[in-house]
Amino acid sequence: MPGKLKAKIVAGRHLPVMDRASDLTDAFVEVKFGNTTFKTDVYPKSLNPQWNSEWFKFEVDDEDLQDEPLQITVLDHDTYSANDAIGKVYIDIDPLLSSEAATVISGWFPIYDTIHGIRGEINVLVKVDLFNDLNRFRQSSCGVKFFCTTSIPRCYRAVMVHGFVEELVVNEDPEYQWIDRIRTPRASNEARQRLISLMSGELQRKIGLKVLEMGGNAVVGYLQCFDLEGESGLVVRAIGTACTLDKISNTYAPASAINPCNSSPSKDTKDSPQAVPSALGCRSTHSSPVHSASSRLSQGFSVSVPTLLFAGMGSGGSAGKEAGPLKALLRQQTQSALEQREFPFFTLTSFPAGFLLHVGGVVSARSVKLLDRIHNPALGNTRSYKLLDWNSFTADEPETRDAWWEEIRQEIKSHAKALGCHAVVGYSESTSICEEVCILSASGTAAVLSSRFMQDGALDMDHRFEDLAPPGCGFCHIPYDELNMPFPAQLTYCHCCRRFKVPDVLFTTIDLPTEANVTGKGCLIQARLCRTKKKAQGEGNATAISNLLPFLEYELHTQLMNKLKLRSMNALFGLRIQISIGENMLLGLASATGVYLTPLPSPGGIQIAGKTPSDITYEQHISNMQKKINDTIAKNKELYEVNPPELVEEVIGSPIPEPRQRSRLFRSHSESSDEVSELDLSHGKKDAFVLEIDDTDAVEDIHSLLTDAPTPPGFYSCNTEIMPGIYNWTSALQMFTSVRVFRLSNVNLTNQGLNKVFNDLCENLLKSLYFKLRSMVPCCLCHLNFTVAVPEDELIQVAVTAVAMSFDKEQTLENGRQSCDKTLMKAITENEEQLQFPLELTAESSSNPLSSAKGLSEVSGALPSARAPSVDYSSFTDRCSSWIEQLRLKAHTIRRGSIKTMSSLEKASPLPEGRSRSLRSNRSYAGGSVAVVKMTPLSFIPGTKIIKYLGIINMFFIRETTSLREEGGVSGFLHSFIAEVFAMVRAHVAALGGNAVVSYSMKECVFMENPNKNQAQCLINVSGDAVIFVRESELEATPPQPQSASTQTSSSGEGT
Amino acid sequence: MSVELDVFVGNTTIMDKEVYQLWLNGYTVNDAVKVRIEGGVMEECEASAEVLLSDTMDQFRTFQMCERLLQNPAKLANQLLFQIPPDRQAMLIERYYAFDDAFVREVLGKKLSKGTKKDLDDVSAKTGITLKSCRRQFDNFKRVFKVVEELKGPLVENIKQHFLLPDQLARDYAAIVFFANNRFETGKKKLQYLTFQDFAFCAGQLINYWTVGAVDNMVEDMDVDLDKEFLQDLKDLKILITDKDLLDQHKSLVCVALRGKTKVFNEMEANFKNLSRGLVNIAAKLTNTKDVRDFFIDLVEKFIEPCKSDKWTSTDVNLYLTHYTNSAHILDTFKHQTVWTRYMGVIKSCILRMYHE
Repeated sequence: MPGKLKAKIVAGRHLPVMDRASDLTDAFVEVKFGNTTFKTDVYPKSLNPQWNSEWFKFEVDDEDLQDEPLQITVLDHDTYSANDAIGKVYIDIDPLLSSEAATVISGWFPIYDTIHGIRGEINVLVKVDLFNDLNRFRQSSCGVKFFCTTSIPRCYRAVMVHGFVEELVVNEDPEYQWIDRIRTPRASNEARQRLISLMSGELQRKIGLKVLEMGGNAVVGYLQCFDLEGESGLVVRAIGTACTLDKISNTYAPASAINPCNSSPSKDTKDSPQAVPSALGCRSTHSSPVHSASSRLSQGFSVSVPTLLFAGMGSGGSAGKEAGPLKALLRQQTQSALEQREFPFFTLTSFPAGFLLHVGGVVSARSVKLLDRIHNPALGNTRSYKLLDWNSFTADEPETRDAWWEEIRQEIKSHAKALGCHAVVGYSESTSICEEVCILSASGTAAVLSSRFMQDGALDMDHRFEDLAPPGCGFCHIPYDELNMPFPAQLTYCHCCRRFKVPDVLFTTIDLPTEANVTGKGCLIQARLCRTKKKAQGEGNATAISNLLPFLEYELHTQLMNKLKLRSMNALFGLRIQISIGENMLLGLASATGVYLTPLPSPGGIQIAGKTPSDITYEQHISNMQKKINDTIAKNKELYEVNPPELVEEVIGSPIPEPRQRSRLFRSHSESSDEVSELDLSHGKKDAFVLEIDDTDAVEDIHSLLTDAPTPPGFYSCNTEIMPGIYNWTSALQMFTSVRVFRLSNVNLTNQGLNKVFNDLCENLLKSLYFKLRSMVPCCLCHLNFTVAVPEDELIQVAVTAVAMSFDKEQTLENGRQSCDKTLMKAITENEEQLQFPLELTAESSSNPLSSAKGLSEVSGALPSARAPSVDYSSFTDRCSSWIEQLRLKAHTIRRGSIKTMSSLEKASPLPEGRSRSLRSNRSYAGGSVAVVKMTPLSFIPGTKIIKYLGIINMFFIRETTSLREEGGVSGFLHSFIAEVFAMVRAHVAALGGNAVVSYSMKECVFMENPNKNQAQCLINVSGDAVIFVRESELEATPPQPQSASTQTSSSGEGT
Repeated sequence: MSVELDVFVGNTTIMDKEVYQLWLNGYTVNDAVKVRIEGGVMEECEASAEVLLSDTMDQFRTFQMCERLLQNPAKLANQLLFQIPPDRQAMLIERYYAFDDAFVREVLGKKLSKGTKKDLDDVSAKTGITLKSCRRQFDNFKRVFKVVEELKGPLVENIKQHFLLPDQLARDYAAIVFFANNRFETGKKKLQYLTFQDFAFCAGQLINYWTVGAVDNMVEDMDVDLDKEFLQDLKDLKILITDKDLLDQHKSLVCVALRGKTKVFNEMEANFKNLSRGLVNIAAKLTNTKDVRDFFIDLVEKFIEPCKSDKWTSTDVNLYLTHYTNSAHILDTFKHQTVWTRYMGVIKSCILRMYHE
């Protein structure tokens, strides 16, 4: 009996009038946890009751504490008839279970009813007393911290990154049970809300157990999703990255202890000159064969068989003669760390310094499945039993689903391997369901990681295999073997270090690394596509969909590539491709943030070629179009400040014997840049991209290229965490959600027409956002994430959640740099670790005889080693001229690099212990009557420091109405529902003592309407991390004080 | 093909002042869009009419959702549904409770009843203010009236506290409540030249000096009802006109004081008895509710109009009323000095305010 949950009901306010006669309410409260219920007294005749109840105590297992929410029901007492429910509050007590999170939940919660929405508020106090549990075989995983944030949370340090954790649980959907025919919509909604709350609690607990098993204490990048499969059930699944985190205020053993004997085996991929990297890659597959659920895989889902897929990776030996063995050694080291895992996947999108070595490209896999009801053995009267016990789902259900995901993950893994990468980062999974067809998708970025954070006890020698590439360009270098390229790509030498090869274009799903060398600013790039499909049933439908998928994806990639080139950029970050199925169409939406990576070659323009050059007017048409495109490119260059420094071109003997020309070998990767011959490598001159105008696709492409309206002056947009080129954020912040549903008329639309409609829908939505937020100019819309759905035959739904952040226009980059410089010293002392890495680099490389020589001998152009400028530059005087250029570039790089690091430090750098203690207690943030709670989809708030994570927020709500018109139609209904969801999130955060939600996302917004019946229903699932932040300015001003009660937890409990 | 659903919800509720005003003015979404287009917001922000329509609809919806809270402004501050910065909240409330002078002149002093509300379409037609806006303003008056009706303590303070209005607006509402409660006639043709602010000023005077609250500040309705005892006492002032000696004595004192100081001395001398009778009769009749209602019309008919026809300037009126009031104090047989001061103080400031040249 390891825990005691205590709850106290204090008061209510703004209650609705329940008794028409007196215009008052006789309210009382039921507090329920598990199967125990307590009641308060009735507080008669008041809309603002003061119950001030005793402490209700629940003695429970911590397993239940994790699974169950505390359920508070407010009712109106009625002497003669049944008591009327006013509404409910579900409180997730998980944050109270971790010693580092919140200690008490106390505050006003909106009382929510699924039919009426928010009906007043209730003030509640909740505490948990946990007893130590020494039972090793326990089922609970109390104390494991969960973060939605997809980077190492700002006040923690990663000791170890253990890797991928996943779990899913399945149940019947109460909405589809027989009993739903006789119960009220309210009862049905509440059953569903409660079930999902239970299931996510259980899921979290199970994942927590896995984390403990791996020896971790936290899950970062926790992503939980629901699949509402309708008749066949309800799946709640989650993935995340298990880590061991250390609170940064702790004194930790410096990771810097270098073992001198370890420093000699130096090289790694970088030193092998030939392993010159390249690579943009997008690999992607569709398991087109329809797998109906009936083909049950025998594999048990929880069996984590360590597959030895990486053993063959010794083939890295082909990379370089001298470096081969070393490289292989390195790989093996890292491999062994990764081998322990079934899937070397990481849901993180940004990484501790030195973790991410190389990026291969996007890997994705999709699979079309048929949801089959037969798989639900629970039929007939067994259902009523199941209804009583939500947890007793049939065992084979999760197995089927798990097997499906397993397949996809294997696929991803093999794609990564083909790209010469042993890991996948920025990994995510999603589904789209329409009737009984379901598309499972997974995508990520193939990458090579340092073993630094991955091996037990590796800390003292972790720098041994540290990749020594200049941080600004290292990740761009190709990880795969250029003689054995996984796809046709055109490689050049890195424009920064000139030693390693880089691809001409790079697509990734991760955030832009803070240290990356970027020229100019970035911008949101979207590819949108809509394809009609014949209505079909069952397997026929699934087959039709899987046949369409490759084309869809191919075209999306082509669009992305075109738009990227139109903006004169060469890399995409945060790429997210969403494919939604409807009865009669498929929607594809790809969003990413385009940037110009300095290490990569400048993209060529877009050339339009006509197939029938006979006609003069036709030629004119083409040349007009060409001119337009060229103008747009020029304009964009100016707009995004893409002015790459001109480099002295060096002739590089490409080691690739024969570039594969025009080979589009791989399904759905759309790089056509391979059309350039070897001689065209010089970046400025090439027009690599040829659009043939006769092709209807090309017409469409051009159309969509030219219809993308530029963002209005003062606005920038991206779908990643940070916008390259903008550093001086102000604290003005506006998170918003916008939803649009578009009804297509009955007219039979062509693909093209449909495309235009969809494109316009997205464009108009963006325009509206810019207009709405015009008062914040200059500002950037960050994390601009679109979700598309086809809720019904002729409806297209687009939902966006993003944050608008103002920045200081006056302060240009230079000024930003100055202000950063001021904080430099402080930043350094505060975060030693950040600097250790570069310092060691120089030390190590100069002592290392292997470091520079070999690269140079191979490459005719003679690239100086990027690593130890002081040594190398002085020794190669004859190459002065090119080096001066290089030095300048280098200096430029370093400056830029430092700016970025610093600006991130400003936001992220940990507090010294004394400081964090000095913070006032949580409660003091409740200035005014309602404390302001900020919300942002980003993992940080500019100008502030997050000093404490209070726990994960994961909430699921259903709202239904039978008086749609009276509530202002569909828009009125959804508007108030979203506002209510925000209000409930804020209330929960405030009750935990927090003042912000970071990494907020709306993962589900399922809207259904039936205007004829005057009805509508909507389901929303949101998540995020509740935090306490303080303004940096306040922080400086606050003198150290004794530690306050609320921030007592300085010891980073392992959670176990 | 159409946009079926279109919502935008910010964590901090976004509200455009200009759109809010259009909503308050009772415009339809389409009319509001037209006004905005004419205002040039499109060129400014490169927006299309479509974008403007979407934005306007969205904001109108937000305002509609907020309206419930605005009707109970204290709730706005501690509700959880909309996160609105305090300065914005104050702006929303102030503008919601703001009213048009043209409108208030139409209903000032009328009973705030359903009957009056039904006539609002006439008011709307007459003033050119949309019916919707008229209704909002009327409902505001009525709501404030209902709430403060049952409260103890100073009227203005109560309004400020319950409706979180700024001082000036709270005073205006106090005037409206006061007028509605006493049903002062303000609509007669002869009163048309008076603005709401003229009446509001007078209401302030009456509230400060003639109500129960002027004496005792903890009574219910203290600022709404006139002090009955005082009204009773006013009857005693009649002696000033019924007693021939007193009247003559009063007149000569005033004449002595004014001689040579005003161009309209002769007219004043000739009219003295009429004017004095007028003012004292008003005082004596105030015990009748009916006559209270006619208070302003009486002031105009009995005093302001005669003076106007004799071409008195405001300065003349001021001079006359000052000496008229002060001279009475010198009359040794006149015993009702306190009541006289309390009466004449208000009368003087009201008349001066109402005396437009």
